[in-house]
Amino acid sequence: MKKLSFPGGVHPAEAKLTASAPIENLPLPEKVVIPLQQHIGAPNNPTVKKGDEVFTGTLIGKGDAFVSSPVFSSVTGKVVEIGNFFHPVTGKGIAVAIERKEEEVLDPAIKPVEDPENAEKEVLLETIRAKGIVGMGGATFPTHVKLSPPPSKPIDTLIINGAECEPYLTCDDRLMIESGQEIIKGVKIIQKILNPEKTFIAIEENKPEAISSLQKLLEENMEIVVVKTKYPQGGEKQLIKAILKRDVPSGGLPLDIGIVVQNVGTCFAIYEAVYRGKPLYERVVTVTGEVNNPRNLRVRLGTPVSCLVEFCGGLKEGVNQVIFGGPMMGIAQISLDTPIIKGTSGVLALKRKEFPPEYPCIRCARCVDVCPTSILPTQLAKIVKFEKWDLLEEYHLMDCIECGCCVYVCPSNIPIVQYIKAGKDKLRRMKK
Amino acid sequence: MKLVVTTSPHIRSSLSLQKVMYTVILCLLPALFWGIYYFHIRALFLLITCSISTVVTEIIFKKVRKKPVSIGDGSALLTGVLLAMVLPPYLPLWMAALGGFVAISLGKEVFGGLGYNIFNPALLGRAFLMAAFPVQLTTWGIPARASWTSLDAITRATPLATTLPKFSGNGLYPLQKLLFGLHPGSMGEVFSIGLIVGGLILIALRIADFRIPLAAFLTLVILSSIFYFTGENYPSPSFHLLAGGFLLGALFMATDPVTTPYTKKGRWVFGMGMGALIVFIRLFGGYPEGVMYSILIMNAFTPLINRLTRPLPLGGKK
Ligand code: SF4
Ligand code: SF4
Repeated sequence: MKKLSFPGGVHPAEAKLTASAPIENLPLPEKVVIPLQQHIGAPNNPTVKKGDEVFTGTLIGKGDAFVSSPVFSSVTGKVVEIGNFFHPVTGKGIAVAIERKEEEVLDPAIKPVEDPENAEKEVLLETIRAKGIVGMGGATFPTHVKLSPPPSKPIDTLIINGAECEPYLTCDDRLMIESGQEIIKGVKIIQKILNPEKTFIAIEENKPEAISSLQKLLEENMEIVVVKTKYPQGGEKQLIKAILKRDVPSGGLPLDIGIVVQNVGTCFAIYEAVYRGKPLYERVVTVTGEVNNPRNLRVRLGTPVSCLVEFCGGLKEGVNQVIFGGPMMGIAQISLDTPIIKGTSGVLALKRKEFPPEYPCIRCARCVDVCPTSILPTQLAKIVKFEKWDLLEEYHLMDCIECGCCVYVCPSNIPIVQYIKAGKDKLRRMKK
Repeated sequence: MKLVVTTSPHIRSSLSLQKVMYTVILCLLPALFWGIYYFHIRALFLLITCSISTVVTEIIFKKVRKKPVSIGDGSALLTGVLLAMVLPPYLPLWMAALGGFVAISLGKEVFGGLGYNIFNPALLGRAFLMAAFPVQLTTWGIPARASWTSLDAITRATPLATTLPKFSGNGLYPLQKLLFGLHPGSMGEVFSIGLIVGGLILIALRIADFRIPLAAFLTLVILSSIFYFTGENYPSPSFHLLAGGFLLGALFMATDPVTTPYTKKGRWVFGMGMGALIVFIRLFGGYPEGVMYSILIMNAFTPLINRLTRPLPLGGKK
């Protein structure tokens, strides 16, 4: 086993409070609010209307485009409203509100794939699409699209991402410890679809239990690589750099150099879809930070975050921020009514103090040193600040992965990522 | 309950601008204390004058321009302290005050304040004084009386100055004297051990980057060795290192982030250029000391160095 890394990056306190907390089922909520848009890509339309009775796992929204992913009811009950609700990523969005009935019934249409070990590649891919599987690490890109590289781009390497480099989060770690067999079966399904020469399962060294439990389950043509505990080790491009020393071309995708990266949570979801016919209607969420009892929970999608918080003993006194995802890249929420969606890996409660003001950049280059993409964050922030738009591309703005390392280290507290996001918006608008 | 919304990341390292500036000042303390002890109360007056002058100048500028007074960040105080350290200890105080004013006004505020200046403000202040009062700026001294509060001084040449045009200083100032700061010189430059310790702490704490001091050190040692071992009457490398402003310059001025390159490669270039310039100015230039000009010249080149050493983004092509 080798220990590998990438240039740049930071070492925030790991704060994995829930590393040894087994995954528990969150009691079903009275009502779920399921956003129709839970993936990156074309929007979905509802397939149910107000008053409809739905089962657990009933399709409630889908789109016609290839790059889209259907959504399903996560409880058995009645559609009470289709309207505009809080959305964890977009602020507001169309969602289906369902009131739960006492007895849970699985949708009768749910059937596992017959003889999954010997199923055709096309059947597997179609199952992954039809069951609404998306990247569970937070990216929420539809998995069937990622697993359908154009024939001109053969895939030689599959990387399974179990790095979980964000501080606090432990949902992937726990899944690897508790459901190793299922994950490995999921990996085999992906192998069957892509037929890569090599498969690596990458795990950060701070998860020895996950490493040893998966180690015992490895099958032919799978290798565990232990990567250094460093943020953002789990970034696709960083992981590829660390393991294969290959560079994804600027502006390109891993598949341009023959690589596909899949998160361990996605592998687990693929297993459930294929072996049990289960649509993606629940996921593991780490509830952590300043809650009274941090836990790892299996949560039905559409459950308002307030239910999770309550189950974990409530927020501690003085909490003023609730984040979906990890502290480095997560999104701060405006309401505790916001529902959990496919890409929600964690719920993090924080006590944020007064924010120190933004001081002038002293060109100390700390941001330059930690930037895993080797661009010049300080320069980009300045370019946006002074609206020198023509320089944005010359300074490789679009290569920024918004990992936040630069802001994390900046002594002058400059919200560089905020500037960069504004710059990206501007650039996109200019290109139109 | 009111939830606050901020953009990611939601956690920060504990390093702040203030911490950077005050840590530098703390690391300067050993050399400062020695300077005050050795040169007596005049050195203390000099330090106080420079500090007040830089701080007050910055306050005035911010008030006039109606910008928030940022004096708490410690950068103006640091400029004042550094300026005092590179001045002769017995300089008339009004000149020191003028130097402080120039350092902040011309050195920093005309460029737009902290972070936008091209030249190291303290060195710019000193360069101004050097041009305006060349005699006073090259008049050095050691305290005349044992009494700490005595204001008298005996003027002497600095070790580097005695060595020109024909070098004879190697024997005159043995290594121990230079290490412990028992020789005439600028107030904060004489106590070599204090500067080395302070500088190493600064680097160990990652407040300063090691590349520029190391590159300057290696270049200086290699170049001066070549002259020392091949020619006659050239000062030894250790003399180059210890007798003038090299330590303070390399460890505390050339590590000023604002005025030095932000690329790693660029920092090596800066350090090498600085080391080479020091040797050439000292040996062949008209001045006995070359640290100030070397750093100021490299400051001027910094934007160019930055441009030429821009890193390639991950997966990027030239
Ligand atoms: S870390 Fe902050 S202060 Fe330092 S160069 Fe980058 S933006 Fe400027
Ligand atoms: S510039 Fe972008 S990629 Fe680089 S450290 Fe900042 S957020 Fe990360």
